[in-house]
Amino acid sequence: MSMTTTQPPAPGSEAGSRTELSTGALPRRFPLLLLAGSALVVAGVLAAFSSFGPVAWALLTAVAYTVIIVTASVRVEGGRKAKDRLVTAIVYGCFLLAMAPLVSLLYTVADKGLDRFSPYFLTVSMNGVLPSMDAGGVYHAIVGTLAITGMATLMAVPIGVLTAVYLVEYAQGRLKKVITFFVDVMTGIPSIVAGLFVVALWMMLFGPGKTNGAAGAISLAVLMIPVVVRSSEEMLRLVPQDLREASYALGVPKWRTIVKVVLPTSAAGLTTGIMLAIARVIGETAPLVLTAGSSAVSINWNLFDGQMMNLPVFIFSQFRMGGAVNYERAWAAALTLVLVVMLLFFLARVIGRLFAPKTR
Amino acid sequence: MAKRIDVSGLHVYYGDFLAVEDVSMTIEPRSVTAFIGSSGCGKSTFLRTLNRMHEVTPGARAEGKVLLDDLDIYGAEVDPVLVRSEIGMVFQKANPFPTMSIYDNVIAGARLNNKRMPKSEADDLVEESLRGANLWEEVKDRLDKPGSGLSGGQQQRLCIARATAVKPSVLLMDEPCSALDPISTLAIEDLIHKLKEDYTIVIVTHNMQQAARVSDRTAFFNLSAPGKPGKLIEMGETNQIFTRPEKKETENYITGRFG
Repeated sequence: MSMTTTQPPAPGSEAGSRTELSTGALPRRFPLLLLAGSALVVAGVLAAFSSFGPVAWALLTAVAYTVIIVTASVRVEGGRKAKDRLVTAIVYGCFLLAMAPLVSLLYTVADKGLDRFSPYFLTVSMNGVLPSMDAGGVYHAIVGTLAITGMATLMAVPIGVLTAVYLVEYAQGRLKKVITFFVDVMTGIPSIVAGLFVVALWMMLFGPGKTNGAAGAISLAVLMIPVVVRSSEEMLRLVPQDLREASYALGVPKWRTIVKVVLPTSAAGLTTGIMLAIARVIGETAPLVLTAGSSAVSINWNLFDGQMMNLPVFIFSQFRMGGAVNYERAWAAALTLVLVVMLLFFLARVIGRLFAPKTR
Repeated sequence: MAKRIDVSGLHVYYGDFLAVEDVSMTIEPRSVTAFIGSSGCGKSTFLRTLNRMHEVTPGARAEGKVLLDDLDIYGAEVDPVLVRSEIGMVFQKANPFPTMSIYDNVIAGARLNNKRMPKSEADDLVEESLRGANLWEEVKDRLDKPGSGLSGGQQQRLCIARATAVKPSVLLMDEPCSALDPISTLAIEDLIHKLKEDYTIVIVTHNMQQAARVSDRTAFFNLSAPGKPGKLIEMGETNQIFTRPEKKETENYITGRFG
């Protein structure tokens, strides 16, 4: 960690323009050069001890960079700017640290998933395919995921958004507190408990062994509702009171004000919230194993008849079989699921932009 | 079209707190009445009781009588929604609907209430209201653009056009110029002069020059101490209030001496 790679600028290099209001400044490119320099030197030192490893290299580079830039900054720029440099370095460090698992995860999923990921894999089911055969795909699971999540969304969104409208626009006093409390409690329900609840309900209504896609959809809706309520509540509160009053002042009743002013104004935010709620449940496994079943192999569009496979459960059951080909299928299905979620988020952005209030 | 407002013995409460105490006054049709007074003296609160807008605030209520010509707007069977379509309001901060174009903002009163009208009639109403608000020439080529893209002064005139498009008989203005530059303020004041031929106008303002410029009658509100209810101290011809106020408090306020 020598200082040879850096050139601390001579204090007072701009001596002509110095006043009592100015301090020295490190050259604009100094941090970047220093970072590159420390990385090179650390790599060199580690290689010399033949103990080069990416983690040690990144950590030591970060430490070296932070120490040198803070020291240089204290001497040239003074204490406040040195603190700024220190905190900047720490914040960037934390950001990279937080990004590491995410990037690693996406890389692993893509790397391992691509072995089996192909148009064939996306368009065939596992019907008639033995677990160890080099064939089959996830079409039936995609169908199940779309159908179950779609039905869950159809149930959860009206209930959730209307609850939020009630809480923001109408509720007062104790009932409001009670509802808010139960929404919070619902947020904390473990997903497997939601699954068990629906299994018990189905047992009571239809007898044993009658669970189907709809049961899975209801368990997901139970998990989705509190998320939708919470995010919609925030979005509705963001609508300025001014707009409601402007509408009332035109002789518009409250319900029309909500339907035609409040909801359209917050439509973009509501859409984002709903998409996040969908993303929250689309990867749920436990309740779906209990309800929609884990052994379906054929394409089933009917939510009300028989078991339904879906992507998370497919991953789970393939992984549990443990053969090499099963692992490949599990990873490819995981990649499919990630892509489906990304597609949803992309759609959410597009829809949000379409709804967003325009200013030009 | 313009109607008289008669207020007698009006008290306004927020929960248990008496905010405005015992106001009685007559607001003449086809004239501009200004409310002046220090912040927190209840003039905006009182203004909002004139079209029952205060009821939007949880816990707010008013006791007393407010007659619009001969109808008590606090009568047992009176629908506040209908009161508000008769008594329009313009707010301190311009608040065009952000999801709507300029055109849609102007006819929002009709559109939001699902009133059907032929395209030509709607076009005429929009043009008439925007001309009435001295805004037509500035926006006629971009009626389909969002209202929030206009300047602050233009937005406020758009809001006035929106308020007049529902053909109210009274227009309440709650500090309509306080966020505007002098030129936009002048535009709005000119507009107020024009509008008073057709409407009863009540304006709350912190700007005494503005009250003197635009109003025919002026009401001065004050409160005896912080936390005490606001009261109507004096009301009269604007000229008289600003030159020969009857009460010492009024004189102190308009000359800038307090307490």
